[in-house]
Amino acid sequence: MGTARMKRLPVLALLLWVCAMFYVGIYLFVGGFLLVRLEVNKSSSCSDSLPPGTGTQDFCPVEPRFRRAVVLIIDALKIDFARFDSHNISPRPFENKLPVLEEMKSSHPAHSRLFAFRADPPTTTMQRIKGFTTGSLPTFVDVGNNFASSAILEDNLVHQLGEAGKRVVFMGDDTWESLFPKKFHRSLPFPSFNVKDLHTVDDGILKHLYSTMEGSEWDVLIAHFLGVDHCGHRFGPNHPAMADKLTQMDRVIRSVIERLQNDTLLVVMGDHGMTDSGDHGGESLKETDAALFFYSPTPTFPPTLSQAEPEVVPQTDLVPTLALLLGVPIPYSSIGQVILPFFPEESQASGVQTYLSQLEALWINAKQVNRFLETYSHIAKDIPPESLSMLREQFSFLLAEYSGMVKEGQAASPTLVTALQSYLTAVRNVCRATWAKFNPLKMTAGILILTTSCLLCLAMSEMSEMVRDSFMPWASLVVGAFVGGTVAAGQQGSLGYVDIAWCLGAAIFFSQLLFIWRLCCAKDNGGGGARDSGPRQTGWRILPTLSIPLLVLALRCTSLLSDSYVIAEGRVATFLLLSLSFYIPLHLNWDGLLLPFSPESQKAPGLLPPPPLPSSVIRRESLILLACLGVLVASLYLSLFFHNCREEQGTCDPSPFLLPLARVQDSRLRNLHYVLSVVALAAWNYLLYWWLRHYGNLNSPGPAAFTARWPLPLASICAGLYWAVSSTPEETFRGLAELIALALVALPRIAFAFLGLGTTLLWLSPLTVFLKPRQVACPQGPTPLPRYRASTGVSPEAELRHLIPQLYQRMRRSLEDGEPSGSPEGHSGPAMEAYGLGTVYSAPLVLLTGLLGLGLLLLHSEGMALAFLLLLLEAAALLHLHASSVTLESLQGPQKEVFSVPWVSVLLWDLAATQFFHATGHLPTFPSIQWDAAFVGFPKGHVGTLLPGSLVTLNTFSSHILFAVGCPLLLFWPLVCEVRALRQGHGASKEDAVMEMRLRERPQKFSSALVQLAARCFFIKGAQVLASVLAAAILRRHLMVWKVFAPKLMFEASGFVVASVFTLIAFTLVMRVDFAVSGMFKKLIPEHSR
Amino acid sequence: MKETTTVSCITADYPWYQSFLIHFITWKETIQSRAMWDHEIKGMASVHAAIASSIFMATLVPAVIVEKFSVYGTHLVWVYSVAASVAVVNIAMFWLLGVGLVAKRNTLSYKVSRAIRSSLYFTLSCFFYHIIVILYGAPLLESALETFSLAVLLSTFTTLRCLCLLGPSVQAWIRVFSRDGAMSVWDTSLQITTACSVIGAWLGAFPIPLDWDRPWQVWPISCTMGATFGFLSGLVIAPFWIHWHRKQLTYKSK
Repeated sequence: MGTARMKRLPVLALLLWVCAMFYVGIYLFVGGFLLVRLEVNKSSSCSDSLPPGTGTQDFCPVEPRFRRAVVLIIDALKIDFARFDSHNISPRPFENKLPVLEEMKSSHPAHSRLFAFRADPPTTTMQRIKGFTTGSLPTFVDVGNNFASSAILEDNLVHQLGEAGKRVVFMGDDTWESLFPKKFHRSLPFPSFNVKDLHTVDDGILKHLYSTMEGSEWDVLIAHFLGVDHCGHRFGPNHPAMADKLTQMDRVIRSVIERLQNDTLLVVMGDHGMTDSGDHGGESLKETDAALFFYSPTPTFPPTLSQAEPEVVPQTDLVPTLALLLGVPIPYSSIGQVILPFFPEESQASGVQTYLSQLEALWINAKQVNRFLETYSHIAKDIPPESLSMLREQFSFLLAEYSGMVKEGQAASPTLVTALQSYLTAVRNVCRATWAKFNPLKMTAGILILTTSCLLCLAMSEMSEMVRDSFMPWASLVVGAFVGGTVAAGQQGSLGYVDIAWCLGAAIFFSQLLFIWRLCCAKDNGGGGARDSGPRQTGWRILPTLSIPLLVLALRCTSLLSDSYVIAEGRVATFLLLSLSFYIPLHLNWDGLLLPFSPESQKAPGLLPPPPLPSSVIRRESLILLACLGVLVASLYLSLFFHNCREEQGTCDPSPFLLPLARVQDSRLRNLHYVLSVVALAAWNYLLYWWLRHYGNLNSPGPAAFTARWPLPLASICAGLYWAVSSTPEETFRGLAELIALALVALPRIAFAFLGLGTTLLWLSPLTVFLKPRQVACPQGPTPLPRYRASTGVSPEAELRHLIPQLYQRMRRSLEDGEPSGSPEGHSGPAMEAYGLGTVYSAPLVLLTGLLGLGLLLLHSEGMALAFLLLLLEAAALLHLHASSVTLESLQGPQKEVFSVPWVSVLLWDLAATQFFHATGHLPTFPSIQWDAAFVGFPKGHVGTLLPGSLVTLNTFSSHILFAVGCPLLLFWPLVCEVRALRQGHGASKEDAVMEMRLRERPQKFSSALVQLAARCFFIKGAQVLASVLAAAILRRHLMVWKVFAPKLMFEASGFVVASVFTLIAFTLVMRVDFAVSGMFKKLIPEHSR
Repeated sequence: MKETTTVSCITADYPWYQSFLIHFITWKETIQSRAMWDHEIKGMASVHAAIASSIFMATLVPAVIVEKFSVYGTHLVWVYSVAASVAVVNIAMFWLLGVGLVAKRNTLSYKVSRAIRSSLYFTLSCFFYHIIVILYGAPLLESALETFSLAVLLSTFTTLRCLCLLGPSVQAWIRVFSRDGAMSVWDTSLQITTACSVIGAWLGAFPIPLDWDRPWQVWPISCTMGATFGFLSGLVIAPFWIHWHRKQLTYKSK
């Protein structure tokens, strides 16, 4: 005992290294794929003379049109909100709520104008603020910075206003404060992160807005209201709260207009729109089209024809317009185009006005854009040369035209205005097309490393026998570190800086090469060793054993290359999962293992020995398999009702269970949903409890069983109460508002604390074994009897079923040897019963999954409890299906002691994770991220970004996490179910069921089985990451790349990272249990007896 | 076709859940001569050719008779016409002409009970396929008729042939679909055509999510077409495959 011990640390190190390979590959690729647009760190100034300069005062005219401006930004003010239809008799909550705009338009057509303000994606607030202050285009990678916005370094409007001596007063969304630190004359920021809070920011603004306007301490006033956006996020546009909010905004606009002075321009604008569910971030028209409304107390706009539909203005155009109207230089990097109606068509030199004419404004604008383009093309080479030369040609043509016109003193020709406009539009389009730029070298390197990592995993899984304790990646690591260091030194020497991505890439790549080379050597050498024919055969046997699961995996990977299939991913995963689960019984039947053959047909070949088991065992096992298949298929089908909808899916209604209960209007429906959720929660608990009791793990006096008995149910009760409190409408219990607020903070935190306590206890003492001397007349004092007895009585069979006393043969023998005096008639019967020893490895894993699942469920909306219950059922069905098929194969096939998990099961497991990612209401798109998760237990918002970020990550990848933690169960489950088959087969006469102790008896095989299982998991996950990486790389100019493939890549990659981390945690827990079991045996067996 | 086959029915004392008759089809003698082989394969190929041509006829004849007939436009008409013609040809070939299988008892009551049980099994199989297709993601209530038509077509391609060749015995069906289960060239051909039809229908579901906006992407056209093409290719493949693998295919006699 204790001589052959599993090497725990090397196995973990190996797995960690495998994960690191994938991380580096992903890091390299993403570094090359999601590059930021280069920022030009130059600023415009009044003294600039724009090349080809004629005058020196291009930017700063003598007389600006307006001296002051009030900019009211109403977040998510969709263009639909600004429309007014007097014929609409029964307007919806968001319709006709801003009548002031229409009134101004009809009563003062020369003073006001409404535009549709088209934002560029991504339509998130920070990117939009960046966009309409710099006049440039945001890039995709900025999306990640939304909650950690850093200062804008590019030239921008706020900077220019400050340089011009204008006093900029800001109030509202605190994102501005982080984007423009110390740029404002006066700043009144209010916290913006709490989406549930509709009023703090708006009320804060209103407290100061009017008094500030009436004072004289300002030139430009920016007020950013967040109420409409938060109302959309919380209730959606179709909710009475939205009507209230918009009516409030209507009053605000009226009050501001009353207080306007003649030299002041009022701008009312939304930064982006919202979808019908109130979310934003993507690029559908509903999200991009906001309202833009101008009003000036003096007549400004030319008379127009009846304006049925507001004209569309790109968001970048605001910057040059405001700059020229206020008499400040256009920011250097702006690529916008002035909004023409602001400028008179003819330069009225004779008149009183000395304002810029349309032509002059456009010419300044074109020169500025041309200057930026020249500067940019000097520092970066990403704009295609042919488009650049085309633009240059266009500009020189315009230059000739314009100077000719000025020389001859002609009147401005409309054709030149049009030509200038089309030039500016062309520049914008070229820039839009270019600024998704890639680094092909890094992308290729990333793909290469991911590919070799996948291959290495495949090799490891097929030659896991060879990956032994002695065969650990130390040498590879050393070589990798050496190569990485060399590359770093080389870079330092030649380039002067170190690009960490390349060093890591080189290090990983060389260590991989060395590992594969050593594996090949070991294979050749191993051939000469104990099994001379083994390795060669394994090499050849890979393909046929892989075929069907490999085909399904290939289909899954191929589906990632098509946008239609990515959009329909939830259905695709279900389809493949279903097909693969039907494949298991079909395959078994094909091999003749599903049903027992009658003796005649068995005798016929004359080669196989007659099966040692009666056919009833096989029939029973087959029935279990088919029943599990039924449960699996049923839960798969039911889980389809929990899917969310992408905007690309036309006719699709999101699941009603996704709505937080607080947003369900009908109180009966709400109660029904609540009851269903609580029932699901109770069932979740009961199933875990039942399983642990069934295998006798609850008898243990240790902390792990305590966890199952107390913290888990208590946390569930907290969760149920929390749902009840959070779903009560605010109006119902006005008197108890404080108590409710307290409960909203306290209940989830208590639940998390219980779960944390449970996890800690589980980690500290993961053993769920209860030891009981069998002899009643045992001299060593009275031992408490197990609490959980079969309810039907104490017949031996019932005891076997409910208590599963595990008798560990060697342990017993050792005990007898050690204490000959203790049990004189020890040889007649076992000396010790160990309840729950048979599931000693899987019980902590099951418990951990249960704890984690409960915690993750708390981060979801209440209705998802049903989806989580389905997840548990499906996982259990999958495990049983796997166990039954393995048992059937081993019962009838050749008896072999190999703990190998077949590919089918691992692939099923992984597909189930993907499928439940969708069935818990998630989608691989950014607008569908469930931000509400960040406020569970923190309804007031957060200070940092780490905690909310991790909560949202946990919420998003909860299905990946649960299935990753449960991954080692695939190895244990056939052994757990072994007792069932054995009881039927061998009867009571044969040896006792050893279950998971079988693994402990063969530590070598245990560790190689673990390595194999992990390698297969990582291969399947890695292949999917590789496929989505390839999709992003190959289709990087595809129409859908930013809408479908890039988000999919981000989700797949982050899903891999999260899942692999939790897989490692699960494997570490297995090692921890192994360590504890060793400790227990050491304690039981006195030192001298060994 | 020589009188080389018999059917022996063995009723074993199995528990209640094994209430089905265990039904074995065995050959009296092992087929030894190559000539016999070729004869068998040729017979099978001609039967397959008849079935395949019936599918073409089922497509062509309504085009002449029915007004405004098109495979996409009046899809259900096409589906049922194909199903009916395949069913007729199968029944005519296998049951009435006695190709491949000759019943032991020839009494009328036996035939009638067999026919009733067969039609019951066929109906059950239609519902079974319907449920499977819905589980695979077909709409539950809307276009239920279309889904059921697909189920009928699949049953015709698979269950009906099983009924014709093996009789109404689930045990025998399950036995046939195992590696050593085939006991005649007809069993092998049944394996191949059934697998091809089901795989064809399965593959037919693949183009549905694509955004090509083609008329054949409408539910269930791609699946019925897939099943039909799968069945046709199965009919073509089976004789060749058996011919090429005739060395490996040694049917066990009892």
